[in-house]
Amino acid sequence: MRVSLTVNGRPQQADDVWEGESLLYVLRERLGLPGAKNACEQGECGSCTVRLDGELVCSCLVAAGQAEGREVVTVEGLADHAAGRRATAPGVGLDEARRWQPVPGEGARLAPIQQAFIDAGAVQCGFCTPGLLVAADELLEQNPEPTDADIREALSGNLCRCTGYEKIMDAVRLAAARQAEEV
Amino acid sequence: MPASGPAGVPTKITQGAQAAGGIGESTLRPDGILKVTGEFAYSSDLWHEDMLWGHLLRSTVAHAEIVSIDVSEALALPGVHAVLTYDDLPTGVRTYGLEIQDTPVLAHGKVRHHGEPVAAVAADHPETARRAAARIRVEYRELPVITDESSATAPGAVLVHEGRTDHYAPYVTHPNILHRQPIVRGDAAAAAGRADVIVRGEYTFGMQDQAFLGPESGLAVPEEDGGVHLYIATQWLHSDLRQIAPVLGLPEDKVRMTLAGVGGAFGGREDLSMQIQACLLALRTGRPVKIVYDRFESFFGHVHRHPAKLTYEHGATRDGLLTHVKCRIVLDGGAYASASPAVVGNAASLGIGPYNVGDVDIEALALYTNNPPCGAMRGFGAVQACFAYEAQMDKLAKELGLDPVEFRQRNAMEQGSTLPTGQVVDSPAPVAELLRRVKAMPMPPERQWESSEGADVRQLPGGLCNTTHGEGVVRGVGYAVGIKNVGFSEGFDDYSTARVRMEVVAGEPVAVVHTAMAEVGQGGVTVHAQIARTELGVEKVTIQPADTRVGSAGSTSASRQTYVTGGAVRNACALVREKVLEIGRRKFGTYHPAWATAELLLERGKVVTDGGEVLAGLADVLEGESVEIEREWRHRPTQPFDRLTGQGNGHVQYSFAAHRAVVEVDTELGLVKVVELACAQDVGKALNPLSVLGQIQGGTVQGLGVAVMEEILVDPVTAKVRNPSFTDYLIPTILDTPTIPVDVLELADHHAPYGLRGVGEAPTLSSTPAVLAAVRAATGLELNRTPVRPEHLTGTA
Repeated sequence: MRVSLTVNGRPQQADDVWEGESLLYVLRERLGLPGAKNACEQGECGSCTVRLDGELVCSCLVAAGQAEGREVVTVEGLADHAAGRRATAPGVGLDEARRWQPVPGEGARLAPIQQAFIDAGAVQCGFCTPGLLVAADELLEQNPEPTDADIREALSGNLCRCTGYEKIMDAVRLAAARQAEEV
Repeated sequence: MPASGPAGVPTKITQGAQAAGGIGESTLRPDGILKVTGEFAYSSDLWHEDMLWGHLLRSTVAHAEIVSIDVSEALALPGVHAVLTYDDLPTGVRTYGLEIQDTPVLAHGKVRHHGEPVAAVAADHPETARRAAARIRVEYRELPVITDESSATAPGAVLVHEGRTDHYAPYVTHPNILHRQPIVRGDAAAAAGRADVIVRGEYTFGMQDQAFLGPESGLAVPEEDGGVHLYIATQWLHSDLRQIAPVLGLPEDKVRMTLAGVGGAFGGREDLSMQIQACLLALRTGRPVKIVYDRFESFFGHVHRHPAKLTYEHGATRDGLLTHVKCRIVLDGGAYASASPAVVGNAASLGIGPYNVGDVDIEALALYTNNPPCGAMRGFGAVQACFAYEAQMDKLAKELGLDPVEFRQRNAMEQGSTLPTGQVVDSPAPVAELLRRVKAMPMPPERQWESSEGADVRQLPGGLCNTTHGEGVVRGVGYAVGIKNVGFSEGFDDYSTARVRMEVVAGEPVAVVHTAMAEVGQGGVTVHAQIARTELGVEKVTIQPADTRVGSAGSTSASRQTYVTGGAVRNACALVREKVLEIGRRKFGTYHPAWATAELLLERGKVVTDGGEVLAGLADVLEGESVEIEREWRHRPTQPFDRLTGQGNGHVQYSFAAHRAVVEVDTELGLVKVVELACAQDVGKALNPLSVLGQIQGGTVQGLGVAVMEEILVDPVTAKVRNPSFTDYLIPTILDTPTIPVDVLELADHHAPYGLRGVGEAPTLSSTPAVLAAVRAATGLELNRTPVRPEHLTGTA
């Protein structure tokens, strides 16, 4: 079958999709977006987390056909997504939004949560990182000043085996603090 | 035949930060940006034009003769390009193994554990490959299963491996015992007579899984010269190469290996997984073949931490000094040898912990059984022992009426102490100090779940299941300390190789570091760049991808890479520096007498005297020239342990950590909430303090996991794995994990580069017994097994 969807703001089409394929498989193997990871294919680890029409989903548990006509944001589009949010956030003028610059880093444009993960040491092997970034970004979108208990609850669907989560907590706190300073 | 490399293979990992970040600074990961943007290419992300997908068929029973295999229906499925069984293997070398080559590439006549690979399929879609594998008909004739020590050594027991010829076989008392290591020092029986108090205990340690998040995967690309290029997630490229090439019937230089992105390891990638099968399928089909395990298969695709039964007797005098320790540690090695012999050596030699005991009688052994094969996992034999000896120390302290920390401190080893192996500890061993530090940390507030709006259930045992608002919840505090060896032991030639080049790029001096070190997440690439900056005075460092075009770096195991490959990088840098200075003297020596007379350094891109006078810019010195040196580097040699007494200088270095666990237990439901898990560790020298913390906290949480939730359950009757998924095998989530304050001590080991101490494993040891001690303190229960589950706390087990 053919699946048409919008990924990271761009219309995409995948042909010859077998009905049993997941959204994760289509993103990774048919659309060349391997950022979302396949660590359990059971919805337990959160490594494949993406936004589907704004909602957090485990893309391994979404049939590709269910994404027909919908909007997907993956880690590859997170910087754009975050920049777009800043541009439309209440209290931020258009001019200010246009002047917005992410923290520089080797030419790459990063969302604040991405930069915070690097700065706080929240990345080791990095396999869980894309899913955690998408989930943490959504948390800060919904709740700009989360408590530690809020952060733990929001990220409890994303397994990490390297860090012991302490530096991930630091990264989310850091991104929230930087966000608060900027507004 | 494809001419270009596959898409997504890592290119040069270039340090992003331009700052002068040498050792001791928390410089950021050079691969950090790639990892947060999703661009970092893990082994499972690789893609190649015309690529096929491989899949393995695995045994559905634990122990059986293979009567027949019929692959015809699989081959008939459209989209299937190859199906391989044992009969298709190209050479007489059809087994592999880290030390003993007892593991079949594909089962031959027999399967010895549940999930053993029987056949390999290549197809044009992963689902087609899976469906084809399901069409392979295998007829098994089941055999009795060996599942524990009593069934392994019973009269007439079936032998897991008949006709053993390995070098341990002549010395074991039964062919189902893989290896046995006694350690005898002094006279434990006589010393027991001096004891005022003797405590005994039998302990059980469950089977833990590494549960790295990036499943086993790789891409094998056939090459025009008849060879193959394997892009792979592993812990040791050259060890893989040594095992792969003979099975393929290729010389090692026709098997090229490049490290793909590795999604964690923790010991689980020391052994081969799909490497050989992917290469075989690629060579058979002439097409690139990618194999990616799913999580279910991953549970069968790598070895686990050995489950263990441990029997201990400790004695002490009334004034709180240990008189003797007797112990017996039985490790279940499962169906194949893997790293079991070395795990036995560790369990035995570190079996009494970081304590001074003159009279010891230790025995450790590993069994061959039909359970899943067990081998390397972070902590490597020292973990199981630590769980048991620390429980014993608490028991003794209680009998003696002493504070458990005070009792440990009275018996703590220190620099100059002698281990049960007779080896003298010749570097700092701040065991008592680490305990003091961890005890001195401020305690987390009582009833921290209380808020003005009532109980925040997220911080209570049971969490959002809303099982308690504090009723029945009891707090407990526990302590533990452990000792782990660093580096490969028992006489192993544990070297590493580094190639370092210095050249001028765009007018700037650049250092290029090339090693075969497997970056599995630990941050070795960060540290190598720091070392190069410190040693060569440059800002820009390029870390080349790890591959087999450079000599072996040894394994990313045993907390050894910063020590050994870091040492190799430092050594190669020092040699490069000498060459650079030679060039400088040749070019500029006549301009300034200091070139001949002063001690010269490379700093901030310049050659300077030790007095700080600038003699030349490195870019000028190196203009038109480059310097490159590749060298092997070795730490101090070690010795094997004596077969009968276990005496010998078997270890290189030790690493010590202590934990304090604070837990809250819902005593009615048996639910445990770890509130805080504080750690103090001596790291010798923190080359990258941020990464050191990450190692300590990550290791701590793996210890927490096996304390309260993680266990692979193997059916005792069928030897089949019951929970091969993240639904049924639980690892800690961020909600299960407490805050982990860390106190880092830096007491230099003068034998090691920069005085550093391997850090990765020690925190995995003491974390588990500290949590168990805290749960015992909260409940008053004996709790002689780990993980502890609700039924153990409620008396319903």
